[in-house]
Amino acid sequence: MNERIFADFPEKTSRVQRLVVLPFGKSVEIAFKSIKVRFFRSLITTLSLVLAVSFLSFTDVSNAVANGMLAGRSPELRQNLIRAGYDLDPEATNVAASPKQRWIIILSLLVCAVGIVNAQLMAVTERFREIGTMKCLGALDRFVLRLFILEAGMQGLVGSAAGALVGAVFALAGGLIRFGGPAVQLVALTEVAASLASATGIGIGLSLLGVLYPALVAARMQPVEAMRVEQ
Amino acid sequence: MSNVVRVSNVTKSFRLGKIEVQALKGVDLQIARGEYLSIMGPSGSGKSTLFNMIGGLDKPTSGKVFIDEVDIAQLDAYELAWLRCRKIGYIFQTFNIIQVMTALENVTLPMIFAGMNSDAAVQKGMKLLEQVGLVDRHSHKPFELSGGQQQRVAIARALANDPAIILADEPTGNLDLTTGEEIIALLKRLSQQRGVTVISATHDFKMLNVSDKVVWIRDGRIDKIENREELSISIGRIGMRE
Repeated sequence: MNERIFADFPEKTSRVQRLVVLPFGKSVEIAFKSIKVRFFRSLITTLSLVLAVSFLSFTDVSNAVANGMLAGRSPELRQNLIRAGYDLDPEATNVAASPKQRWIIILSLLVCAVGIVNAQLMAVTERFREIGTMKCLGALDRFVLRLFILEAGMQGLVGSAAGALVGAVFALAGGLIRFGGPAVQLVALTEVAASLASATGIGIGLSLLGVLYPALVAARMQPVEAMRVEQ
Repeated sequence: MSNVVRVSNVTKSFRLGKIEVQALKGVDLQIARGEYLSIMGPSGSGKSTLFNMIGGLDKPTSGKVFIDEVDIAQLDAYELAWLRCRKIGYIFQTFNIIQVMTALENVTLPMIFAGMNSDAAVQKGMKLLEQVGLVDRHSHKPFELSGGQQQRVAIARALANDPAIILADEPTGNLDLTTGEEIIALLKRLSQQRGVTVISATHDFKMLNVSDKVVWIRDGRIDKIENREELSISIGRIGMRE
C-alpha cells in the first residue's frame, strides 16, 4: 500500500517529451477513420476545394491546349484561336493567363480558403467532446493538432487531385469540341502534367492553410471546457 | 494508510459577466488510497468544480491540490498529460466514448498514448472488455451500444493503464435504475480487485450503499463527511425529509 503514484515518474530529462506518445502511423489511421466515418461532411468540406482547383486546372490546361496549337505554326489553327476569342498579337508564340483570368482564379481560391476555414471551425465545434475526451485520456496539444492537419492533408490531396483531373478533362474536351483533333494531338503532355501538379499542390496548400486556425483552436482547448459542452 | 489525494484550502471563483461567483469557498479534504468515496451535493453546490480540481482538469484560484503529495499546479503540460494518461481514469455522465472508434479501439487508445505496442494493447483491451462483460461486442461502434454498455466500455477504458485513481462524474446520471445499479456494482467490484481509489461525484443515492465515505458539499463548502457506518441513519433521515 506504500507504492507511490509518482514512483515510476520519469525524471525531467530530455525524455520528458516522450512521456505520452502517439505514433505517426496511428495518427494517420485515426485521421483516416474520422474522415471515413464523417464521409458526407468531409465531402462537403472538400467540394469547395474540388471546384476551385478544377477551375485553376481548367484555365491552365486550356492555355496549354492553345500553346500546343500555336506551336504547330499553322496559320489556320492561329485563325481558329483568334476566332475563339484569344487575343493574339501577330508575333505571339504562346498564350499566358490574362490578368483578368488570374484575378478570377485568385478570387476563387480565396473564397475556397474561407469556405474551408468555416467548415473546419464547425467540425472542431462538433468534435469538442471528442477532443476533450482524448485530452482526458492524456493526449497532448500536438496530437490534436497533428490529427486535424493530417485529416486536412488527406482531404486536400484527394480533393485537389480530383479537382485538377476534372479541370484538365474539361479543358481537353472543350479544346476538342472547339478546335477538333489538332487541339488534343498538339498539346504538350509535360505542360498538362505540370498544370495538374501545380493545381494539386496549390489545393493541398490551401487545405492546410485553412485548417491551421481551427486546429489551433481545437488543440488549445482545455479538457474541462470540452466536458462542459452539452450535446 | 497514505493519502492519495489531499485538497488544501481550495477556493475557486468564476467570472460570469461582471459578477464573480465563488464555486468553492475553502475546501479541505483527504482521500486515502483504495477508498471508495462519493461526493454528494445538489447541482450548483460546487461538486463538479471540486471534482475537476481533483482530476487536474481545472486549477484552483487559491489553495493546493496534491496528488500523491505532488502539487499538481506545479506540473507542466507534459506531466499533466502523463498524469491523466497513466494515473487517473475518467468516467463521465455522458460516457464520452469516442464516436468514430470501436469499443476495443476506445479501450486501447490510452494504452497507445502510454507507449504500449499495438498487439499488447489489443490483448489487454480484450481482457478488460471481458472483465466488463463486453468481449463479444468489441468491434461495435458506440452508436450500436446501449447506454449501460457504453458506460462499461468507459470503465474498461478508465482502467486501461492501471490507474491509481478513478474519477467518475455522475456515472449513473444518464442510466436507468437497474443499469445504474449494475454499473455501480461493476465499479465497486473492479476497484476492490485492483485496489483503485474511486472518487465519484453524484447525487444518486444508490451510490451510497457501496461508498466507504461520503462527502456532502453545500454552497461551496464541505457540509459533513460521513463514514460507511454512519450512513444508514442519515439516509433514513433524508428519505423522510424528502
